[in-house]
Amino acid sequence: MGQIQLKQVTKSFGDVQVIPPLDLTIEDGEFTVFVGPSGCGKSTLLRLIAGLEDITTGHIDIDGQDATDVVPAKRGLAMVFQSYALYPHMTVRKNIAFPLRMAKMDQPEINKRVENAASVLNLTDYLDRRPGQLSGGQRQRVAIGRAIVREPAAFLFDEPLSNLDAALRVGMRMEISELHKKLDTTMIYVTHDQVEAMTMADKIVVLQAGVIEQVGSPLELYRSPRNTFVAGFIGSPKMNLITGQEAAKHDATTIGIRPEHIDVVQSDGTWQGTVGVAEHLGSDTFFHIHNTGLADTLTVRAIGDVSLRHGDTIHLNPRMDELHRFDAQGLRIG
Amino acid sequence: MARAVTPRRKLINTGFAWTIGLLIFFPILWTILTSFKSEAQAIASPPIFLNFDWTLENYGVVMERSNYARFLWNSIIIAGGSTILGLIIAVPAAWSMAFVPSRRTKDILLWMLSTKMLPAVGVLYPIYLLFIKMGLLDSRAGLVIVMMLINLPIIIWMLYTYFREIPGEILEAARMDGATLKEEVLYILTPMAIPGIASTMLLNFILAWNEAFWTLNLTAVDAAPLTAFIASYSSPEGLFFAKLSAASTMAIAPILILGWFSQKQLVRGLTFGAVK
Repeated sequence: MGQIQLKQVTKSFGDVQVIPPLDLTIEDGEFTVFVGPSGCGKSTLLRLIAGLEDITTGHIDIDGQDATDVVPAKRGLAMVFQSYALYPHMTVRKNIAFPLRMAKMDQPEINKRVENAASVLNLTDYLDRRPGQLSGGQRQRVAIGRAIVREPAAFLFDEPLSNLDAALRVGMRMEISELHKKLDTTMIYVTHDQVEAMTMADKIVVLQAGVIEQVGSPLELYRSPRNTFVAGFIGSPKMNLITGQEAAKHDATTIGIRPEHIDVVQSDGTWQGTVGVAEHLGSDTFFHIHNTGLADTLTVRAIGDVSLRHGDTIHLNPRMDELHRFDAQGLRIG
Repeated sequence: MARAVTPRRKLINTGFAWTIGLLIFFPILWTILTSFKSEAQAIASPPIFLNFDWTLENYGVVMERSNYARFLWNSIIIAGGSTILGLIIAVPAAWSMAFVPSRRTKDILLWMLSTKMLPAVGVLYPIYLLFIKMGLLDSRAGLVIVMMLINLPIIIWMLYTYFREIPGEILEAARMDGATLKEEVLYILTPMAIPGIASTMLLNFILAWNEAFWTLNLTAVDAAPLTAFIASYSSPEGLFFAKLSAASTMAIAPILILGWFSQKQLVRGLTFGAVK
């Protein structure tokens, strides 16, 4: 079990309210990602759920029980920190065993669970080393090992991959996703990286300034962003947002079109402009287009390696059925 | 770019450092040398540096005349007891100041330190009266308490500084792992702060060992530590210099040896590799 419910939760530091009243339900077994720009309150929200920060008003229920005033240790949650937060004076074995030792578990049972976790995470050969003798990826695995041995109701991850290099990050992302499939336990994952959010989540919670902008599956958010903020935040590269006359043609204040929904054509395109920077990724090429009269820069994805050079004129056809329309408040129309 | 140091410059610097070092060490060296002289040679003018008849006679006389072991034992009890008691109080105090500071924490720290600015003799009278009332005069327990109170601000300050170096996330991790406050301090904070705690202990032990004002004023026979042992060999006429030197050497020897051997222990960092 691991259903977590936030009811009218607020958090203030002194006079500054960082989380205005917020309601959210995370279902049992769900992989939920909190995503948003730096300072949006996502880590604070996670710490409120963990109990490391006290909520100012409201309630937190875990599995239907009011956990608002329950100390972190008794909430049945395990947390993986950005800095790993391993105990430097203990071996890997002792690090992983620590929560079990605190739970006053029998030594044979502790040994069994530690061995088990170590084999799941490929740490068996490192059990007698100290954290200082491990690489970043190994340390992160120890931190995860320390979390899984407790068999918690839910896992909380606070930007766990941001200290790893790009290649390792992709690998660990897969490992965490696989772990979720294997354990089938609730996981809440905080990140500012929307690619991580899109690839891992069952449900994404997009936050801005402590306010939930939208909750939904990755594809829901991608296909029908509720407002211009979500539209701009989800998807890589960002959605092109166009205002003015072009938007008015579609009865909207702002229209949005993703780079992958604009086709490059030889001539007579709906829009045209000059090619600025081109990013060649091999499989795709991203063009940054200027002088379109629509927005400062328009980003367009072309499949494969398209040879257009800096300063060339480019013709573009947006796919009208993929157009997103937003009103003056930035909210989605239709 | 690293600053270039010429060999000549290096030589001058080294010579200068050695001169300063020897100047600071000279009184101790002179005391040790004097302890091996006869009383006549000890007060000879001009002073004799090395060319004298080395003798252990002074040590023999001192050992015969006083119960060195009892003074030593009292010193160990007072310095050790006050250090341990101080740590028991200071670790939780420093923990709360370092990890759950309030708006007034800095003020409290400064206020504690300000008590060290008061001349000790200013409170001698009230403390002496309290000691009489409580029957603590010339007792080791009384001295342990006074020494602990005197050094507590320094212990808390030192531990506070060391604890601040420990990443708060590690303690939060322990909390998430189910550790109670006591377990968090005992299993995580204390072992991680061992180098800091060790150096704090050593410094406090040395301070308590060398403290003379309170030990001389509040003890007579039963609880008298090595400071009283030295004092018992000083005479207003300045006689018996050699014996006084022998007593001094015997009093400082244990702490010198302790300091020498714990040097390495103090600089070893245990917290490396905790984060990142």
